Amino acid sequence: MFDLANPEKFFALSRRLIPVMAALAVILFAAGLWYGLVASPADYQQGDSVRIMYVHVPAAWMALFCYTMMAVSSAAGFIWKHPLADISAKAAAPVGLVFTGLALGTGMIWGKPIWNTWWAWDARLTSVLVLFFLYAGYLALWEAIEDKARAAKLCAIMCIIGFINVPIIKFSVDWWYSLHQPASVFRAGGPSIDPSMLTPLFLMALAYQFLFFALLLIAIRNEWMRRRIARLERLEMRVMSELVAP
Amino acid sequence: MKRFSAIIMRDLRLAFRAGGGTWPSLVFFALIILDFALAIGPDIRLLSRIGAPLLWGSALFGVLVSIDRIFQADLEDGSLEILIATSEFLALTVLAKAIAHWLSVGLPLTLAAGALGLLVGLEGAAFGPLVVSLAIGTPALSLVAVLGAAVTASLKRAGVLASLLVAPFYTPVVIFGAQIANSGPGSGDTSLPALLILAAFTLFMLIIVPIAAAFALRFGQN
Repeated sequence: MFDLANPEKFFALSRRLIPVMAALAVILFAAGLWYGLVASPADYQQGDSVRIMYVHVPAAWMALFCYTMMAVSSAAGFIWKHPLADISAKAAAPVGLVFTGLALGTGMIWGKPIWNTWWAWDARLTSVLVLFFLYAGYLALWEAIEDKARAAKLCAIMCIIGFINVPIIKFSVDWWYSLHQPASVFRAGGPSIDPSMLTPLFLMALAYQFLFFALLLIAIRNEWMRRRIARLERLEMRVMSELVAP
Repeated sequence: MKRFSAIIMRDLRLAFRAGGGTWPSLVFFALIILDFALAIGPDIRLLSRIGAPLLWGSALFGVLVSIDRIFQADLEDGSLEILIATSEFLALTVLAKAIAHWLSVGLPLTLAAGALGLLVGLEGAAFGPLVVSLAIGTPALSLVAVLGAAVTASLKRAGVLASLLVAPFYTPVVIFGAQIANSGPGSGDTSLPALLILAAFTLFMLIIVPIAAAFALRFGQN
């Protein structure tokens, strides 16, 4: 990981990794969607609407994963001053925001036929909504501060403090009585979902994961380029002003 | 210690005088209650039932509008720079600011909630839980407000942004605070677990906020 502090090495590696990740994401999406929408059985209670799960649940996992990654990156930037750490935290934020929005949106669509309501103020829905606002606040703070080095440090503080919200989301199911079904995949004693539904779920989860890494790497490269351009423009301004008024 | 109490006394004096932070927060708090009462209608039985959560939510707004005063004036007259440069432990200075903020905003809001409870027809037995829950919860609100103010201290006109950053962190405080406030003797459920969780959250914030805010203030400086 510390080897990648050298941006040239990171660029060389990411140039090769992005197409691989993107291709894997496409293949897994195709397989997961086919398996989920066609090959897997409908639920005996929920009918075909259970298939929303294959889009919804991985999005919600990614919403949490992405924020965790941002917090780890922020901490790494804080402790080791790794030059790519704060960039990767920033690059992950918009992706995480979209995953969170997707989890909320598909959850609402799923809730309508099953719970007969678009929205229920249940613990998990509410905490994912809070997570959405955490992402939004993080991005707003980043945009508001001109000096990017300073923005990185201040955003890192907010991100790490906000990270205490992530375990609250994960365990809110147990803390509060809720409409949402209790954890049924990651729990002691093995998953309670049937394997015919678990397979497409994990295929989709992997697809989301690879999509996230591909987007993350692209966003990191873009941000790095953006900073380099900003640096060059400042340099150009200085040179120009010296030429005009020596 | 002398320095610690001097900062608190100075902030309190500034807050209570004309142009300070206490009165705007209190008036805003009362105005929100007025607006809600107008929107809901004069049905005092309904107001009485939702009074405690209403007061909790409105008190939150009272804290939010006070955020940009915490460091703004100090930044403008240069005293923030001196505070940072001369602090041996900046976290302690931040803690003093947080205590001053609670004494000048959180505590007045807690007391005012007792008075405004009369306006929404709160039952006699509900006043105790309301004031106790606010007394335990508002320190957490003040601490998080100080963090938001510290992170945005280097920005001009950061009031809305700071509220945006801070509000998500208020969720546990509101959930458990309103739960305590709602659990009057008549409702039958015990509020002790919620009380303990709220107190735990406040104590947790008491530890991490001064440190995080001190980092934020130093980073914001140059």
